[in-house]
Amino acid sequence: MVYFGDVMDTQTSARVQAATRAIEHVMGEDLVDLVPSYASVLILYNPLRTDHLSVARRIRDVVSNVSAPAALGHRTVVLPVYYAPEVGADLELLAERADLPISGVVELHTSAEYRVYAIGFAPGFAYLGEVDERIAAPRLATPRALVPRGSVAIADRQTAVYPSVSPGGWNLIGRCPVPMFDPDVQPSMPVSVGDTVRFEPISRERFVTLGGDLA
Amino acid sequence: MSMRVVQPGMLSLLQDSGRQGQHRLGLSNGGPMDREAFHYCNRLLQNSPASTAIEISVGGLQLETLVDTYICLTGAPMPLSINGQDKPLWEVQRVCAGDSIQVGFARTGCRSYFGVADGFTIEARFGSTATVVRENIGGLQGRSLQAGDQLPCPTTNARKQYYLAARDRPRYQKTLTVRVIPGYQQGHFNRVEQRRFFGSTYTISERCDRMGYRLEGPAITCDIEGVLSEGICFGAIQLPPDGQPIVLLNDRQTIGGYPKIGAALSLDAARMTQLVPGSSVHFAPITHHTARKALELARRFTLCKPLQERR
Repeated sequence: MVYFGDVMDTQTSARVQAATRAIEHVMGEDLVDLVPSYASVLILYNPLRTDHLSVARRIRDVVSNVSAPAALGHRTVVLPVYYAPEVGADLELLAERADLPISGVVELHTSAEYRVYAIGFAPGFAYLGEVDERIAAPRLATPRALVPRGSVAIADRQTAVYPSVSPGGWNLIGRCPVPMFDPDVQPSMPVSVGDTVRFEPISRERFVTLGGDLA
Repeated sequence: MSMRVVQPGMLSLLQDSGRQGQHRLGLSNGGPMDREAFHYCNRLLQNSPASTAIEISVGGLQLETLVDTYICLTGAPMPLSINGQDKPLWEVQRVCAGDSIQVGFARTGCRSYFGVADGFTIEARFGSTATVVRENIGGLQGRSLQAGDQLPCPTTNARKQYYLAARDRPRYQKTLTVRVIPGYQQGHFNRVEQRRFFGSTYTISERCDRMGYRLEGPAITCDIEGVLSEGICFGAIQLPPDGQPIVLLNDRQTIGGYPKIGAALSLDAARMTQLVPGSSVHFAPITHHTARKALELARRFTLCKPLQERR
């Protein structure tokens, strides 16, 4: 495991990404998998091909030479979201807590640009940050047994789209009709780590036209 | 050209050696929980090592073969019968179209591997046929086997009828020492807590599945509640706020934020998956160097025992 800090910020995340590419290169065939996250990279290597000391030496060499690129040539992905209490069970509560109308919550959620910090937990689950402090909300005390696919949700200062039906404790505010994970298409995800994501409010009709499911 | 599932039993899953290199999409590994038994299943059948077999948990699988081929059952002792006749495990058996194959329930241990010559022919998803039910990926539509499923496999008329001598087979016991390589958050557990962890007996709880095994025993406290979510390796031992350890396994989530005291040696984590609830586990700390030697030994000795041939 290599750490680049202990906070969620763009600079750290950019270094994680640059290091991920460098580590992949230097490890070659000895590498089994890499798990980049907010501020760390987990390196999984084959211990029968190489050893801990050799891996540590190689990693130390590349990581010390990694600098976060000043400008990242990453994509901006726009995801449409239908924001409404019928698909966002916690939207009204969030608005009440922030002392804002629902439109104000939507405004704050859609006006920010989010960075994809990590992908994990479940296939296609992208952790996006950071949510405006005024609409940040702690996880539910009791997670829901079933969160519908496409649900857009907030936990602390993170936001995400649930790629499939799953249990979940994040606060639901809307629903996105774009599939976040489809094993039958290439690439199977519309975003990857380091991308920028913006949310765009859409109407109920548009949501349905785009293939969204209200159930 | 297939076998038909008559009864799926408690939980039967198609597994190859697992899905590697897909963590960046959030995909878990899947694959056989007991790699040793899976390895011998394919080795006895003279298959390539990653061939798709069925992982049977607890037991109860019944199949009807529609092809002439060879089969083999390894792992936890689940009684095997072909057309009502008892057959030994860890041995290649001939089956012919129309034969009925029954796997009973395990007396000790809880997972066995049922393979056929050349493996089941299943379409790979993300480079592997491993079924991860939680992700709805692999196997047949990402789910466990159901009655009526057809499992494609080729006709085979020539295989040596190898078996593994009884003395060379693993024994599935009710207690296990799990070797642990201390990990990155070890420093957040003070000496008293570490001594408690490595000096106590833990019991496998009812909450044990392919994602992870929850253990019960003296609670271990950590001076942090969590860390910024980070990658989780196979065998990682998480300690959530209740202080009860969770050993993360094949179908684990790829990232998480609970503190980890270390990681179980992969060989021991795999052995642990043969334990049923109520079994006891001790943890023992080891160095990276010792861990590597243990893996090397396993490769050279445990996985290379000579096979005998039935003539």
